[in-house]
Amino acid sequence: MSDKFFHSVYLEKDLCRGCINCIKRCPTEAIRVRNGKACITSEFCIDCGECVRTCTHHAKQTRTDSLDILNNYEYTIALPAPSLYAQFNNLDDINIVLTALLKLGFNDVFEVAAAAELVSEASRAYVAAHEESWPLISTACPSIVRLIRVRFPNLIEHLLPLNPPVEVAARLAKAQAAEKTGLPPEKIGAIFISPCPSKATYAKSPLGTEKSAIDGVIAAKDVYSLLLPLMKEAEKDPKDIAKAGKIGVGWGCSGGEVGGLMTDSYLAADGIENVIKVLEDLEDEKFSKLQFIELNSCNGGCVGGVLNVENPYVAKAKLKRLNHYLPVAKSHRSETPADEDLPWTMPVDYEPVFRLGSNMIESINKMRQIDELLQEFPGLDCGSCGAPTCRALAEDIVRGNAKKTDCVQILRSDIHKLSQTYTKLARDAITESKDSSASIQKLLNYIDSLTSEISMLDSQGHPLDSESDDNNT
Amino acid sequence: MDDCIKLEYSVSGDDFTRAGEASSNLKSVLRQIGASPDVTRRVSIAMYEGEINMVIHANGGIITVYISPTEVKMILKDKGPGIPDIEKAMQAGYSTAPDDIRTLGFGAGMGLPNMKKYTDEMQIESEIGVGTTVTMTVALN
Repeated sequence: MSDKFFHSVYLEKDLCRGCINCIKRCPTEAIRVRNGKACITSEFCIDCGECVRTCTHHAKQTRTDSLDILNNYEYTIALPAPSLYAQFNNLDDINIVLTALLKLGFNDVFEVAAAAELVSEASRAYVAAHEESWPLISTACPSIVRLIRVRFPNLIEHLLPLNPPVEVAARLAKAQAAEKTGLPPEKIGAIFISPCPSKATYAKSPLGTEKSAIDGVIAAKDVYSLLLPLMKEAEKDPKDIAKAGKIGVGWGCSGGEVGGLMTDSYLAADGIENVIKVLEDLEDEKFSKLQFIELNSCNGGCVGGVLNVENPYVAKAKLKRLNHYLPVAKSHRSETPADEDLPWTMPVDYEPVFRLGSNMIESINKMRQIDELLQEFPGLDCGSCGAPTCRALAEDIVRGNAKKTDCVQILRSDIHKLSQTYTKLARDAITESKDSSASIQKLLNYIDSLTSEISMLDSQGHPLDSESDDNNT
Repeated sequence: MDDCIKLEYSVSGDDFTRAGEASSNLKSVLRQIGASPDVTRRVSIAMYEGEINMVIHANGGIITVYISPTEVKMILKDKGPGIPDIEKAMQAGYSTAPDDIRTLGFGAGMGLPNMKKYTDEMQIESEIGVGTTVTMTVALN
């Protein structure tokens, strides 16, 4: 049973400087900086990869497999995502990339784009037959499904319950390989060449199905430089193995999936912030007369995935060029999927991860505490406390994960109050007392009390040093 | 009202692009207190329709929301022209929205009927030349 909140995005701690860039960009406010390092709340994370994109220190990384994984299997099949074809300059023939993958060490290649055409066909049928669920929302981008299950539960019933092309490709590829070689399934490895961390997470923790048929995920950027020399060789005599047409290859860009639906009644949005706006409006029923909604959490679609090398919009132009000479779709009479390969076999359930308490009364009380805390916070959303907004810090405090003095502004004002109180007391001690030894004793008592109060504010717990004396000359 | 959360929103009459901010904010509060998705949906649709009415007809106003463990109560108060015939206004399809608003796709005349449909209780108090107060309640189970 896979961990439903497993993530392939992780932090390389040694590289993290505790800056606040990623915490501000995370669309679900899943990241906090604590003790100088970023940490991700796994229930909120949707693997969109925004943090990987923003991190200037390259500390946010993706867990993917290396080519060594090929050694675990007797027969391996590469599943290239269509966006892979757009990573290379001057590519005219997809067969060159596919042949190069064979030279890289894979026994066989099965294009995800080919499976995408089958999913398009099944989608057309499903959309036509289920007007009650319009608009249907595409489920090819796993981050979208993860976002909807935690934040837009009212839209779960609109999710298109079909497996994404990569899953269909893995199943078909392995079935074909088993027939061809007679090997048992555990000796056959279907390895996805991925544009993003979201799909790497999907392989270990799928949605809509119990277990994924994908055996491993290699990042597109990891094979890119290895493929270049092999493609030069392959160019001389490429094998004719490409099976996808315009529709399948088009899935690599935003607007490609709806292109396969042959309808004008659609909306295609890309970029996680834009997707969230569309979903908010859809939830409020501000528009509903559409049949289908394609959503991609990366800008430009899968070409914008963080594990790709090329600029997404340049890649988009390259895919257009590649598509120019392809037929609309290639027939797949040999690729008939079993009925169980396409539709979902498990529902997606609402995960109320944002709930504050275990019941309504507790949650309402915590909400009131949050409101009270917000009155004290300066409202700057500066991020110095490690939370993206003042409200997020208030939530953290109420959940028991932070304290008020994490707020630098509050700390400053507490120190100021302390300083004012003790300055006054110290002066009074000198003027009030006529007996000098008694007044010295009083001063010493105040200093003692002051030291212990300051150390309570000092989160780092260092003893006071005399550095400031050295600076005064 | 002691164990209540009180939220206040100021609705701008000038800026159409901000219409919907209040209902969006209320939605995330409801999500955090664990209201069911159905209640969250009904509240936010009713609130959004009310908010839009305030922008189109009344030059904005103030929305106060009280959340208790048993219900969500929304009070939408404006200082607009008032509603001369409340019964007529509640009819589906009847709209007094100006033409420029209609060209934006609003003014279908379904606002008040929708608000009534999605909420458990709704009351309208209105005085010509003074303003209108709409009170809506949705029960929390």
